[in-house]
Amino acid sequence: MLTESLGPVLVANRGEIARRIIRTVKRLGLRAVAVHSEADAGLPFVREADEAVLIGPAAPAQSYLDTAKVLEAARATGARAVHPGYGFLAENARFAQAVIDAGLVWVGPSPEAIDRMGDKINARNLMEAAGVPVAAGTREPATDLDLALEAARSIGYPVMVKTAGGGGGIGMSVARDESELAKAFEQASRAAARFAAGDAPAGPAILLERYIERARHVEVQILGLPGGKVVALGERDCSVQRRHQKVVEESPSPGLTPELRERMLAAAVRAGEAVGYLGAGTVECLVDADAQDFVFLEMNTRLQVEHPVTELVTGLDLVELQLRVAAGECPEVTTATAGHAIEFRVYAEDPKRFFPGPGTITVWDEPTGDGVRVDSGYAAGDTVTPFYDPLMAKLCVHAPTRTEALERARKAVASFTVEGPKNNLAFCAELLEHREFVKGDYDTGLVARMRGGRPA
Amino acid sequence: MAEVRAEMVANVWKVVVKEGDAVSDGDTLVILESMKMEIPVLAEDDGVVVRLKVAEGDVIQEGDLIAVIE
Repeated sequence: MLTESLGPVLVANRGEIARRIIRTVKRLGLRAVAVHSEADAGLPFVREADEAVLIGPAAPAQSYLDTAKVLEAARATGARAVHPGYGFLAENARFAQAVIDAGLVWVGPSPEAIDRMGDKINARNLMEAAGVPVAAGTREPATDLDLALEAARSIGYPVMVKTAGGGGGIGMSVARDESELAKAFEQASRAAARFAAGDAPAGPAILLERYIERARHVEVQILGLPGGKVVALGERDCSVQRRHQKVVEESPSPGLTPELRERMLAAAVRAGEAVGYLGAGTVECLVDADAQDFVFLEMNTRLQVEHPVTELVTGLDLVELQLRVAAGECPEVTTATAGHAIEFRVYAEDPKRFFPGPGTITVWDEPTGDGVRVDSGYAAGDTVTPFYDPLMAKLCVHAPTRTEALERARKAVASFTVEGPKNNLAFCAELLEHREFVKGDYDTGLVARMRGGRPA
Repeated sequence: MAEVRAEMVANVWKVVVKEGDAVSDGDTLVILESMKMEIPVLAEDDGVVVRLKVAEGDVIQEGDLIAVIE
């Protein structure tokens, strides 16, 4: 049934995630079609697909974000489904609609669900109405600085400033007073204008929320099944962040009591049901570890970078489940979890200041062994270019307990060798010896504290 | 005289100053972009921009000269 209705599947992404999706597509007996830019022509995901289509030059706007070129590639190859991965077009409701209008299967939630959740202000308001707790914040977009200043006065400083339509931490910053707010507002406005896709749905609307100091970032993986049922597949703690971008994720979170975990999973199911969610999605929350309380942050209507930690503790293949749900099947899903999993994002950046360091890979030697999984986008001889995000690979470990997972991670990090581009493996090793991380008692300010600064 | 050089491979996203401009320590000279991150390149001293070697849209390599401040 799956083979007949879905193949070939076009993967509208690049790097490690394109490679990871192609792996499952092929395992299910379907043909995989890759699309790629000129800069990525030599990468593993292009080689490993059954067919690959060059869609444009390196600049994302002229390749991976060009909806017409992606759709043309689907037509030319006879693809019957489109998997968007994460980033790029994954949360672009208009693209999802265009895929459906072209008679293809969109591997993701409905364009309506993407739209409703894509605007962070709208999402907050919807969640509040569904009985999911939200932080004090703006219910209407702050479209100029005066409105932002007024909102901040009623919310109370510090506030988090972000774009209503943005993602990946870009344009986000904390403001502790009015002058910082002016700076943060300008930065967010600029990011909104710049990183939006050519036809992105959201405008440069800015959102302000009460900033919770010493919060953990914990998210729940949900899966919406045909018929309206939504299940929660455990949580991921993503509190190890630099520049509001995740570096390390683990499941289960070491910072939740069983009672709080249960409340969060139930709230995430309510959130999914409130929008009639179908397929894989993530409900991101901020947890006040001291108060053992949480608020809704945002919902990501796609596969998440850090989905492997959920796969390791549940034994599920989330990409397979996405494809089955997209094909109209209602797969049996067991929500039980076992053991502890940790993911380390191996970025092409220096391990001290986390500045980008692209380059050509001369040595690439991945760790292997029981409970070790590496999802990589590159191999020796490939060039990591400055055009895309710095993620080179995800090093994941799984073990019966957190202590054993940490030990397994130490060995795996030590036996991972990358030469050429800069890389943050030395940071990962340092983190694995850090008292707060080892204890599991950390929050989103951890990396800044390790580097002697305050979270910005 | 101080030479300002690129610390990484990057695209020149925005050129903020022009030759002849007076700058102070900490002023932004150009803004680079690499791997979805904006990286401002700052003046490390007071002075005048006597040479500006990059233009918006250029791709520069690690170690390339960006500007000379005198």
